[in-house]
Amino acid sequence: MQGITSELHTGRAKKRSLWLDIGIRVIKNKAAMVGFVILAVLILLALFADVIADYDTVVIQQDLANMNQGPSLEHILGTDEFGRDIFARIIHGGRISLAVGLVSVCFSLVVGGILGALAGYYGGRFDNIIMRCMDIFLAIPSILLAMAIVTALGSSLLNLMIAVGISNIPSYARIVRASVLTIKDQEFIEAARAIGGNDFRIIMRHILPNTLAPVIVQATLGVAGAILSTASLSFIGLGIQPPAPEWGAMLSNGRTYLRSAWHVATFPGIFIMVTILSLNLLGDGLRDALDPKLKQ
Amino acid sequence: MSEKLLEVNGLKKYFKVKNGLLHAVDDVSFSIKAGETLGVVGESGCGKSTTGRLVLRLLEPTSGKIYFDGQDISVFSKAQMQDMRRQMQIIFQDPYASINPRMTVSEIIAEPLRIHKLTKSKEELDQRVSQLMDTVGLAERLYNAYPHELDGGRRQRIGIARALSVNPKFIVCDEPVSALDVSIQAQILNLMQDLQEELGLTYMFITHDLSVVKHISDNIAVMYLGQMVELAPSKELFANPIHPYTQALLSAIPVPSLKKRRERLLLSGEITSPVNPKPGCRFANRCPYAQESCHCQDNTLTEVSPGHFVACKLKAPEFQ
Repeated sequence: MQGITSELHTGRAKKRSLWLDIGIRVIKNKAAMVGFVILAVLILLALFADVIADYDTVVIQQDLANMNQGPSLEHILGTDEFGRDIFARIIHGGRISLAVGLVSVCFSLVVGGILGALAGYYGGRFDNIIMRCMDIFLAIPSILLAMAIVTALGSSLLNLMIAVGISNIPSYARIVRASVLTIKDQEFIEAARAIGGNDFRIIMRHILPNTLAPVIVQATLGVAGAILSTASLSFIGLGIQPPAPEWGAMLSNGRTYLRSAWHVATFPGIFIMVTILSLNLLGDGLRDALDPKLKQ
Repeated sequence: MSEKLLEVNGLKKYFKVKNGLLHAVDDVSFSIKAGETLGVVGESGCGKSTTGRLVLRLLEPTSGKIYFDGQDISVFSKAQMQDMRRQMQIIFQDPYASINPRMTVSEIIAEPLRIHKLTKSKEELDQRVSQLMDTVGLAERLYNAYPHELDGGRRQRIGIARALSVNPKFIVCDEPVSALDVSIQAQILNLMQDLQEELGLTYMFITHDLSVVKHISDNIAVMYLGQMVELAPSKELFANPIHPYTQALLSAIPVPSLKKRRERLLLSGEITSPVNPKPGCRFANRCPYAQESCHCQDNTLTEVSPGHFVACKLKAPEFQ
């Protein structure tokens, strides 16, 4: 018996698990790896921020004698309008910005994705009810919606994530619904039903994997949008409260001194940009890796 | 092996369209004996594929009864039907659209086994998939391949293996070879015939290709605009077609001979619209023998000789 089995297995192309396969394809993609490495560095910096700079003495302690100093050996990215070290504030601020960006996108992706998938798959009245609700959400400017939610719930980090997440749900719901609509009428969905698959299996195994490409692109762009929304909320005083550092708030505060001290706004801006760029590179790589047709 | 495996009675499917009801399948009745093949032929849009899907309840019939193995499956619940699909399967026309591009060959073939929990262990599943691939002539090295790496013929073999995996009694073949080129067509048809002999399968074979249907069928049903116009044993139908539409259809088969000149029965006129059709014979507008009375009354299938049914009042003996 053993002999027969091993004979059966000869000549088979190497068996790999799906996720390992995807991992290998991401690693082979240079641009995606650049994105991944930058993102990893940013996350590590945020994780070990306390080791690099002490929060109480460096990040929020004002030193008005040294305000708006340019980059130097002591403060490698200079100091802000209260004489605080910008690099220290950026790595501490990264904790909040990255957390809000990633968590709120995951939240809106999961909720919006489920709503969109159900609306697209079941159609009819169900679709109408869900999508009209989404239209109402879309009709309200997302920043206004987020403001309303934060005002209602009170401003804390978690509430900020929820607010930004909720205001982005409609865009994910629309994207997922649109791709579900194009896929659900394909013959392989009918085939899945013909072999006895139930709705749950058809949605999870056959429809959603085929909608990943546009969703991943939207999600990576969405992280950037979420960081900026957080910044806007902080700017009007509903987000992260000063003196806590947050990239968007640092950017908007530094705006005032752009003529006299360029570095105050520029460096947080560069960090936001690099984060978004690396997420986009990684997202593109992931999208390609998830498509078996582009193998090798 | 003469028991009726599938019996369909008065099957109807109407689709709501902008200006009325589209009668896709209109009062179709037939039965298939276990181990036999019913060929269903007709031109595009005559409702053959719809009939096939209705039989499997992939589409919900507007009315009519479907008996499978003595059970009325037209009243089955969704869950009962999911279970029933173990016994009735379908092979699709387009091998490019009918398999999920994100699953490997083995995952596609294993999926029905997983759904119906037909294997006890991973090893058993693995072995069953290998065995199925061997049965349909797919090389073992393709086990972890993705469908886009394969040609149409191999993809269709995946579709056949998937249908066979649950050991069904009955398979609806919805133009399984029309998307393939001729040399591959013959391979797939031979494979399907071998499988039928080996496994005692019953086929409902839908096609627009008469030479294919002659090759594989025991009985042939001819459909026109949602209705069955003639039903007869394969040889009888080719030797003695009675319905004018069948005659025209058969005269269109190319004859591979230079000397033999054949008479073509050319039809004129357009197909009547299947949306809100008027009463009367649907073929009357194009029929060379049509009379006044043809436009008034519906035709029903009438037995003209043992096993040979025709829906034409001019040709059925009691009208002559």
